[in-house]
Amino acid sequence: MQTPTLFALLLLLVLVAYGTGFSRALAAARSRGGMRNLAALPTYYGTHTALWCGLPALILLGAWLAFDDPIIRSLVMGAIEDKPDTIAGRDLLYSQIQNLAAGNLFGEPSAQVKAAAERLTSLQAAASTLQTIIVLVLSLGLGAFTLLRFSPEVRAREKVEKVLRGVLVTCASAAILTTVGILLSVLFESLRFFQSVPVTEFLFGLHWSPQMALRADQVGSSGAFGAVPLFTGTLMVSAIAMFVAVPVGLMSAIYLAEYASNRVRSLAKPVIEILAGVPTVVYGFFAALTVAPFVREVATSIGLQASSESALAAGLVMGVMIIPFVSSLSDDVINAVPQSLRDGALGLGSTHSETVRKVVIPAALPGIVGGVLLAVSRAIGETMIVVMAAGLAANLTANPLESVTTVTVQIVTLLVGDQEFDSPKTLAAFALGLMLFLSTLVLNFIALHVVKKYREQYD
Amino acid sequence: MTDLTQDQVRERIEQSLAGRHRKEKLFRGLGIASIAFGVLAVLVLFTDIISKGSGAFVQTTVQLEVTYDPAVLGIDKVDEESLTWANFTGVVREALRERFPGVSGRSEKRELYSLVSTGAPFTLRNRLEANPELLGQTEKVWFAADDDVDTFYKSLDDSAEGFRGRTSDQMAAWVAQLADSGELKKRFNTTFFTNGDSREPEQAGIRAALVGSLLTLMVTLALSFPIGVAAAIYLEEFAPKNRWTDLIEVNINNLAAVPSIVFGLLGLAIFINFFELPRSAPLVGGLVLTLMTLPTIIISSRAALKAVPPSIREAAMGMGASRMQVVLHHVLPLAMPGMLTGAIIGMAQALGETAPLLMIGMVAFIVDVPGGVTDPATVLPVQIFLWADSPERAFVEKTSAAIMVLLSFLIVMNASAVWLRKKLERRW
Repeated sequence: MQTPTLFALLLLLVLVAYGTGFSRALAAARSRGGMRNLAALPTYYGTHTALWCGLPALILLGAWLAFDDPIIRSLVMGAIEDKPDTIAGRDLLYSQIQNLAAGNLFGEPSAQVKAAAERLTSLQAAASTLQTIIVLVLSLGLGAFTLLRFSPEVRAREKVEKVLRGVLVTCASAAILTTVGILLSVLFESLRFFQSVPVTEFLFGLHWSPQMALRADQVGSSGAFGAVPLFTGTLMVSAIAMFVAVPVGLMSAIYLAEYASNRVRSLAKPVIEILAGVPTVVYGFFAALTVAPFVREVATSIGLQASSESALAAGLVMGVMIIPFVSSLSDDVINAVPQSLRDGALGLGSTHSETVRKVVIPAALPGIVGGVLLAVSRAIGETMIVVMAAGLAANLTANPLESVTTVTVQIVTLLVGDQEFDSPKTLAAFALGLMLFLSTLVLNFIALHVVKKYREQYD
Repeated sequence: MTDLTQDQVRERIEQSLAGRHRKEKLFRGLGIASIAFGVLAVLVLFTDIISKGSGAFVQTTVQLEVTYDPAVLGIDKVDEESLTWANFTGVVREALRERFPGVSGRSEKRELYSLVSTGAPFTLRNRLEANPELLGQTEKVWFAADDDVDTFYKSLDDSAEGFRGRTSDQMAAWVAQLADSGELKKRFNTTFFTNGDSREPEQAGIRAALVGSLLTLMVTLALSFPIGVAAAIYLEEFAPKNRWTDLIEVNINNLAAVPSIVFGLLGLAIFINFFELPRSAPLVGGLVLTLMTLPTIIISSRAALKAVPPSIREAAMGMGASRMQVVLHHVLPLAMPGMLTGAIIGMAQALGETAPLLMIGMVAFIVDVPGGVTDPATVLPVQIFLWADSPERAFVEKTSAAIMVLLSFLIVMNASAVWLRKKLERRW
């Protein structure tokens, strides 16, 4: 049976199970003289039956769909005598077999492919039948079993609530699962990468050119994977961004929190927050088509050489993007400083700005530092602006008018387009991803730690 | 200090006052300047994009008198097969030659033919398919002009010379002639909203990308909202204080700050390589965006749950409700407006996201409107990225227009979130 049909049938069974459980409970209540003689409300009996009927079968079906293709593939490929050595070769062979099994014939297949295709077809048919039978038997069996065990003494509500609670725990654990997924996916591919390129070369090498030759005898056949130019490029763009975002964001937060009248505040704050809602691809377009030519023009007019894709343009625009991030985080911590401190400072005769500089900011400093660190981690991980405006050339330079490349840009260029999962070129992207993940993780931990450790409690 | 008399102290303070007030003014000025910088950035960004993109909503069109001549078309009846083989290009060229009879020579003819879009034959095909009785007749039809002509004609508004690019003097003269006789006009560009992507700017539209975005967002919403709300309920209402709960909390806070591109790597390695889900599909895009927006939704849902006063829970508990009933029957409905607001903001974030979708192959060149969540598709931000990379000058205009569409969606979503919060949220 096709999976969607099976799914619909399962849904129908669940509905029937609910109805049966519900009416059994109603009948029991009637014969016993009222609802209060039941251990739970009829809906709970219905839900209880429906859960047993549907949930295990559904979980099994999900697991089946997730794992049947790899298992069938390994069965089919295991039966083949002489396999190609490379992953790409095996992939090609398997897709050939699949095509043949699906009836799209290209050329004259070898006997071994023909046999494998037949095996694939029969396995798929068997798997489909088996799936239908097991799912339906499980669903019907458990549903019927629950109905057989029905009695007004069954504490259906507790049982249903236990299952619901289990569902809630599972959903909450999705966050852990995601982190594990990220770690596994970048870690495994990175380890494979470090088998062909030494870690030291990757971390300390000064030359980056990941192009791998197609033929062994081609010039420059081995790519260079020294990531230092990428790290410096990332740092430079982020530093420029922070030069823009921190002063502007902090000063606007101070002005809004300390000086602005309610009217100005209610007008200016949302306008600045708009900057946070603009998609990064829009900033990228703006950086590449408006800011970069402008930077270039200004640089040329004062007699400097500027590349058309400069670190400065990308950094400036990224800074603008981060302004609302810094300003709203600082705004929160500045507002958390109690009014009594300000009143005390003003009472001693300090001016408004002295109060802010010598009392409010020091009191809010841990929160501000934490916010700035979070902003740095955001700048490091930002992708679209640099992809569109910073360029691809891995220059090791300190000149912000030259084009630089960043970790995120390289991940995108290495992974967009065709990929082979056994070439260091593709795997390098995962190693870069690992670096990116670890550095943002460390920054976040430090930020949270700073905030927690140095926060003064005023309550 | 003890040496100074009170008068001397006052004198010193008064002397320093001028400097301190100056600093005060400076500080205040810096604050105003920062605000002004932020507001200016918004204004520049929006005016830049609107001024670049507003042109894309109109399209230069050329009116030609075409004859559906069976001899030129090479067909004698209108049916499925003959329409496929019919030489509509010949009809368009014939019409152009009739309009400008003096043209001769290869290169001049080529220039003449390049006045109208290469999509013109399809326009004719569609007309003939809809009205088969047109065969052998003559009618006046508006065709989209070629993108170079379009760019040139639109640029005439800004300067008398206009942007030439690949438009030759001869072509400029033809354009002027057509414009004078009212046979060349700017009309509302419906193609932009009804077509998919194309290599030809005048035939490119955002429909496929819009549908792709819609499908991706539907997958994201269907997964992230229930999971996020369930997680928030557990953490806020049930979770015991233990290691596991702490671990979950730390993880959520961290995931909120993980760069989006890392989620793309996860999607590529796990969903596509391991589970072998189809590339470029809204399903995979939705899964990746779900993982990305979950922290946002969980955090805002928890805030909404926290805002429900404990007295509600106590009252329900006192009436004999179980903890699950307290949450599902009383707390959750009261927290729902806040959760919906969070969900809308999360969806707006997902709608504008590009980087992780590049990783899972949604950058492919896709012309067709996707029909389901497993069809290859692209989304609006990725379409913007692709067009921004295209060399044709006319794509700058299209890109900006697509950005305007994207931004208006985001503005509507965020505004409705604000409206919903104002309208439904209760102050206790």
